Formats: sequence, C-alpha cells, structure tokens
Amino acid sequence: MNILITVALTLVLAGAAVVVFTPVPSRQAVVLSVYGILLAALFMALQAPDVALSQVAVGAAVVPLIVMLAIRKIDSLRAARRRQR
Amino acid sequence: MYPYVVAGAILFLGVIGIARSRNLVHAVVCLAVAQSGTYVLLLTVGYQRGATAPIFQSAPEKAGYAATLVDPVVQALTLTDIVVSATVTSMLLALAVQIAKRHDTVDPDELRSLRG
Amino acid sequence: MSRGGRYWVLAVGIAAVGGALAWAFLSMPGFGGGFHPYRDAAVAAALRHSTANVVSSVNFDQRGFDTLGEETILLASVVGVAVLLRPLPGERHRHGRQGGHVLGTTRMLVVVAVPLTLVLGIDVVAHGAVTPGGGFQGGVVAATALHLIYVGDRYRVFARLRPIGLFEQAEAAGVVAYAAVGVAGLAFGGSWLANILPHGTLARLVSAGTVPLLNAAVGLAVAGSVVVLLSHFLDQRFLSPPPGTRHAPGDGTQP
Repeated sequence: MNILITVALTLVLAGAAVVVFTPVPSRQAVVLSVYGILLAALFMALQAPDVALSQVAVGAAVVPLIVMLAIRKIDSLRAARRRQR
Repeated sequence: MYPYVVAGAILFLGVIGIARSRNLVHAVVCLAVAQSGTYVLLLTVGYQRGATAPIFQSAPEKAGYAATLVDPVVQALTLTDIVVSATVTSMLLALAVQIAKRHDTVDPDELRSLRG
Repeated sequence: MSRGGRYWVLAVGIAAVGGALAWAFLSMPGFGGGFHPYRDAAVAAALRHSTANVVSSVNFDQRGFDTLGEETILLASVVGVAVLLRPLPGERHRHGRQGGHVLGTTRMLVVVAVPLTLVLGIDVVAHGAVTPGGGFQGGVVAATALHLIYVGDRYRVFARLRPIGLFEQAEAAGVVAYAAVGVAGLAFGGSWLANILPHGTLARLVSAGTVPLLNAAVGLAVAGSVVVLLSHFLDQRFLSPPPGTRHAPGDGTQP
C-alpha cells in the first residue's frame, strides 16, 4: 500500500481519538479544526481534490467556528447565571 | 484492509465519545467525528492504486482512459456527506444553545432530572 | 438509564455493528483494486457531456436531482437554526459593544484578504466544471470572505455589509434557480434537469452545458446559507441572557 496513504490514515485515526477524548469543548473546537485539515490531507492522498477543498472550507473552518460560537454563548450564559445567584 | 478498519474505528471512536459525553457540545462534535468515518470509507472504496483524480486536463485520446482514474461517484457522495454533516452539526449546536438557555445546563445526565 | 447500563448497551451495539462491518469488509473488493464499474459508467457519461471534472458531472448532471435535495436540506437546516436561536422572551439585543483589542496588522491583513478571498470563491464556483471545486466549495469560501471582516473586529462595518434579508433572498434565489434549470430541462429536453445547453469543448470555462449554471445556483445558495447560519450564531453574543430564575420565563417547566 502507498506509504503516504498509510501515514495519512494513521494520523486521521489518531486525530479522531484526540478529538473524542478532549473533554473541554473549547479546546475540542481547535482540535476539530486540526482534524479537519488531517482529513483533507488524506483526501488529497486518495486523489480526491474536490472533497479535500470542501473539507478544508467546511470541516476545518466553518464547523469549528460554529462550535466555538456555541461554546462561547453557553459559557456566557453560565457566567451570567452564576452572577445572579 | 487497513483503510476500511480505520474508517470503522473512527465511527466507533465517535460513538464511544457520544456515550461518555458529559456535555452536549462535546457529544455533537463526537457525532461529527463518527460521520467522518463514512467519508474515509467511501473514498477508500473508490481508490485505485496508481490512478489519478477524476479530472481531465484535455480530451483523452485512447479508449480505456477510465481505468486510470479513481472512482468519481464515491467522491460526489462524500461531498454531499460533508455538507449534510455540517448542517446536522449546526442544527444540533443551535439546539444545545437553546437547551442551555432554558435549562441552565448542557450535561445530558443533569437534563434527565428535569421535565421538558 | 445509569451510566453503567449505558456502557453495556454501547458494548453490545459496537460488538454487533463491528461484526457486521468486519463481515462486509472481508467480502468487499480489496483496497486499491481496479474493479470500479460505476466509475467506468460515470466517466463515459461525463465525457459525452464534455465535463472535465467528473465529480461535478456526477453532482450536477448525472445525479442533479440529489443535489437539489441536498440544497433543500441546507435550506431546512438554516430555517431550523433560525427558529431555535430566535430570542427568547426576556432576551434583549445589546448593541454597539466591540470586543477586545485587535492589532493594526490584523486589520491591514483583513483589508487585503477580503477581496482576494471573495474573488477566489467566485473563481472556484466558475471553474466548477473544469477544475477541482464548484458551487459548494466556492460558496463557502465566498461566505468566509465576509466573516474575515468580523475577524478584523469591524462589527459595525460587518453588520452593514451583511444585510441578512438580502442573503436570505440570495439563498432562496439559488434554490429557485436550480429548480428553474430543472424545469427548463423538462420543457426542452424531455426530462427533469436534462442537460439541454450545448456541451462545448472539454476543459474550457464554458463547457458541460448546464453544469456551470447549476454550479452558480448552488454557489449562491450555499454562500447565502452559510452567511445566514453564522449570523445567527454570531448574534447570540449580542443577546443578553434572560433575567430571573433557573428557568427561562414562559417555558412552562417551572416547578
């Protein structure tokens, strides 16, 4: 098997494990973005430039951004509730 | 065989993450990871050793050109998959924000003790 | 269910699905083999319509109807997010608050990067039938360009450049344009989404018949929906939390 693909697959697998076992969501958003880029690299190695481009735009940028914004909102809600008590 | 095993392993990692999760946002991210296993499976199914991306620079001269390209059908399916994953993730995150507003927690275990 | 019970269910599920997957993987053609009948058919069909990017041909020509369904999913999710993130009773908009300090160089970089990114996005949409990319990728890139202004902490500039109503209309217009090309195919080509335009020469910018048109329609819809989607999440920052008790007023779950 192609060395490049094997290495990319292993990196993606490791990346998925890191995303799943990162307990703090705000840190997870950053790791998710890195994981998205790893997936895009794998897709390039698998000769799928269309999919890689889509993955970079959506999986490495837009989705982590939405995750980040959701976390910030939830954190600010919690902080506000704590001040009220 | 290894690529298929990696795809299955990513799916299971995501599912395990959802089951262990103590935070709805964390669970949603794990769901996105589980779905990314399907991208890997689709693209590895369509891969062919030594073949190139399914994009022509110029018109092919001889017959049998198709055998030098990787499968474009699974790539098109993966594109759809990525977009659908993004829409599902954004919907669920909006739901998590709404739950945080109404119930003051995003821990699924604490949510169970509440009505609604 | 308790945590322990949940893990038991998980273990049973993983064992069953894992077994089924292992069975499937063992009887599948091996990785990297040359047996791809769908590829052979799809590549031949793409060449018949002079589409250099076979992935675009599959998405916008051969299974164009599925892509319309996908666009509808996108539209539905944007509507869903809008409904879920609407202000609750008691939540108020806080305006004019700018965030932290942003470096001057960052602002400079944003000024340079915004037009470049926008042009790149349009270029990716326009060349969808010829090079990697297309409506989805280009649409997201173009939508990202607008949000770079936000990175530069020009929220007021950003808010003015982002009349949400316009982007909602752009999104709807994209979906309608896609369906219109489909109806035109039905009227003039005898089937829904038939590729009725001249196919042109392979690998030219104007080739592949209706594929560039559908790409542009999808690009418009995707750019519109990404901007609208992100705007709902971004605007959450400017909503003050509802005052009062543990439960938001009016949700009917007060103990």
